[in-house]
Amino acid sequence: MKETSPLNLYKQLPQTNCKKCGEETCMAYAAGLISRTRKVEECTPLIDEKKYAKKLETLRSIVAPELKMVYIGVGEKQVKVGGEDVMFRHQMTFFNKPPFAYDVADNMDEAKLIERVKKISTWRKFYIGKWQNVEMIAVRSVSDDPAKFAACVKTVMANSDFPLILCSFNPAVLKAGLEVAAKAKPLIYAANKDNWKEVAQLAFDYKVPVTLSVPFDLDALKSMALTFAGMGLTDLILDPGTAPNGKLLQQTLLNFINLRRAAVEEAQRDIAYPVMVLPINAWLTTEDPVRAAYWESVLTAAFIIRGGAIMIKHSLEAYSMMPDMHLRFNIYTDPRTPVQVKPGIYKVGKPGPESPVFLTTNFALTYYTVESDIASNGIDAYIIAINTDGIGVQASVAGGQLSPTKILDSFTEAAFDWAGQKYPAMVLPGMAAKFSGELEDLFQGKTKIMVGPEDSGRIIGWMKDFWPPK
Amino acid sequence: MAEKITLSDLNKTLAEMNVQSLEGLTIEGDVEIEIDAGAGGVGPLFAYYFGQEAAKIAMQLMNFAKAVGYPVENLLQPVAIAQAMSPAPKDLAAAAAAVPAFKVASALASAKFSVGIDKTWRNTIQEVTLGATKADGGSRGHVVKLGGEKAMPFFPDAGMPHAPKITMDVFDMPIGMAKAVKVHYEDVINSPGEWAKKAVKKYGADMVTVHLISTDPLLKDTSAQDAVKTVEEVLQAVDVPICIGGSGNPTKDPIVLSKAAEAAQGERCLIASANLNMDWEKIGKACKDNGHVCLAWTQLEINSQKELNRKLMKVAGVPRESIVMDPTTAALAYGLDFAYSNMERIRLGALKGDEELTFPMSSGTTNAWGVRESWMVRSPNKDDSDWGDRMLRGPIWEILTGYSLAMAGVDIFMMMHPTAVAYLHEITQSLMGRIEAKTPDTTAWLKMGV
Repeated sequence: MKETSPLNLYKQLPQTNCKKCGEETCMAYAAGLISRTRKVEECTPLIDEKKYAKKLETLRSIVAPELKMVYIGVGEKQVKVGGEDVMFRHQMTFFNKPPFAYDVADNMDEAKLIERVKKISTWRKFYIGKWQNVEMIAVRSVSDDPAKFAACVKTVMANSDFPLILCSFNPAVLKAGLEVAAKAKPLIYAANKDNWKEVAQLAFDYKVPVTLSVPFDLDALKSMALTFAGMGLTDLILDPGTAPNGKLLQQTLLNFINLRRAAVEEAQRDIAYPVMVLPINAWLTTEDPVRAAYWESVLTAAFIIRGGAIMIKHSLEAYSMMPDMHLRFNIYTDPRTPVQVKPGIYKVGKPGPESPVFLTTNFALTYYTVESDIASNGIDAYIIAINTDGIGVQASVAGGQLSPTKILDSFTEAAFDWAGQKYPAMVLPGMAAKFSGELEDLFQGKTKIMVGPEDSGRIIGWMKDFWPPK
Repeated sequence: MAEKITLSDLNKTLAEMNVQSLEGLTIEGDVEIEIDAGAGGVGPLFAYYFGQEAAKIAMQLMNFAKAVGYPVENLLQPVAIAQAMSPAPKDLAAAAAAVPAFKVASALASAKFSVGIDKTWRNTIQEVTLGATKADGGSRGHVVKLGGEKAMPFFPDAGMPHAPKITMDVFDMPIGMAKAVKVHYEDVINSPGEWAKKAVKKYGADMVTVHLISTDPLLKDTSAQDAVKTVEEVLQAVDVPICIGGSGNPTKDPIVLSKAAEAAQGERCLIASANLNMDWEKIGKACKDNGHVCLAWTQLEINSQKELNRKLMKVAGVPRESIVMDPTTAALAYGLDFAYSNMERIRLGALKGDEELTFPMSSGTTNAWGVRESWMVRSPNKDDSDWGDRMLRGPIWEILTGYSLAMAGVDIFMMMHPTAVAYLHEITQSLMGRIEAKTPDTTAWLKMGV
């Protein structure tokens, strides 16, 4: 969406202020459309009443994302790919994190295949109140045998409900896979300059999104996108080639930047499709699995930031999955949403007079980390979140947003009942240890100042050694 | 929100009417007529709601059904929305007639891809030289140049004149380190000079940073004179440009850093750092008077960065070519999103014309090791999948922290793990097109056996 003024969207609304969308006015709703926090479908009169048909059509075309959004899969696990409006995340936000599709191959023996599928499907990591997961599975046809591929797809589907990417340049193989999986709306990979006619027919016959693979030739890629769109096939993903090394790696990044720029800054709709990245190609450059996994992470990182909309990956090692997942989470976090918690006293579990009081800052990440470390270990405790303007412990100690007087004021403001505590003691984060002397003075010795671990993950061990205080 | 009537439903209905066969209609599989009310789309209404193939079949069925007197309108009852939009079957028929059957194109359309450059980027980032050779009154073997960019890093609009640089950390006393890091420095942990040598000779550091943390009153409270000795030791040990870092104590740092700046006069060191919460003027003046570069450190706030840069120039008299910014590195998973966008905004602001921001940027990438995911043996959360080998996990944490900030515009990285240093160097060089390698067939992954 290029439009930035709610007024221009307001013109396309019923302007009745009917409140059915939950907003007080149509103008407020229009502002929600601009920020993409509201959807066109939420204006029910516009959808239901025939007299608004033209407005509806106009509105839909105005608010459509600059980069087309493609749906892969069905049901709860369906993924949205693309749908972006900006080049840089702070310009609004990036909306749809690129799904990670980890590969399996049709020449794996069944037990190994099932094991890998299960590992992909169940991998998870908790972070800021959410589970991070893998989203997709890419099934590669190494055998080039339609029957083997179909059997493999069947096994994968029996063991996972993740959306699939069916990967082969052989239309007969793709067709065999589609016969098994079409209802689950997989993405097919890929049409290329040799097979595009057959693959277009498959995409049409089975109503599935299709990848156009034209490595390192954006003219030819655009030509294929135009051709497919001309046939009415617009659920397209572009593969402009991912070179894992050499000068072509630089070209890869330039291509991604140029494609995103063409889509969101120049409104070139005929090339404005989500772009696929193949970090898996790192495995073509080395025999060393650690080196390959590291390089795969590095390739992933580049394109999380610059325009990758969907990725096919290989390494299931935690040491490469974790950083990739966190980087994606960080980059796709909406910068418009505050990441602070309300300052004050929080209860974790059922704290009583014998429970400790842990001190941390109101930076949401810090707070939730401490909370989860206390809660997941079954500890009953109070947490006081000090208002550091949403800055973490280490930085706020250095920057002065966390200070002994601020801590004293915060307890006073929260009217914390020290008298009701059997052990009136606060536990400082290890990184704020240097405040303990000054705090002893400020609290006049009435509250014991204890120094906790530098990382809240060690609170459980700390409790065993130091709580209750002697 | 799709409502579906399947062909088998239709067949069942038709069977109840004793219809034996449908002439001229070939159907393979269980074709569905799907109405996706939520999806966007373009084209004739009919195609929009039914899809072309389904439309064709539906039309044939409808015509057939009409011919045998079947109430077509009832048949399409589930299609409430479509009826509301275009209720009369004859309209539907007209729309359907306008939709051509699917036909594979006979040839690819011809097309040229082109895209412009960003014309809103007008400024050049200030070029800053670190280190001075004999010819310039110092004793360094070479200098390091930062800045000079006219575009976002690795963007097509303009090349980067200088590759991102890495300065490796050296501490003046033993400190707590993650195990993955410690194993590389155990033999030099008591000697800043040997430590610096190892960083340069063995790990290929462009520069070293000597952190004078022992001067912190809360640690050893060593004197400025002790600090000067350490700086001299490091200057003797290596001939790369150096960065001199304080302890972070706002009262002590101005004293320690100005003494160190005097002692290293003419070497054009990076002095780390001046901060709004301390006597930045004293540090700025020490840089100006002794020919050093001042690192202007702020905490994730673009306006503070502008304020500090302005004050260093206007009040302390630090020349433009002697300022580097440290807008704070919050590491991967510990607020990287803030650090990333803050730096990206600073760099974009600079390129678009904000003269108070046109300076190279530095990142304390070592902060990655403060993140629990980089060093902990296993997850404190029992429900997490296994965290794997921390000796391998940690270095990637540092690589990705640095690398993502390289994309935001960082020019120089303060780092610790040798593997992380090597990878960051390799990937940034690669993205500048400086590494020759035979690129494999990029579609070979499809059939690779791993």
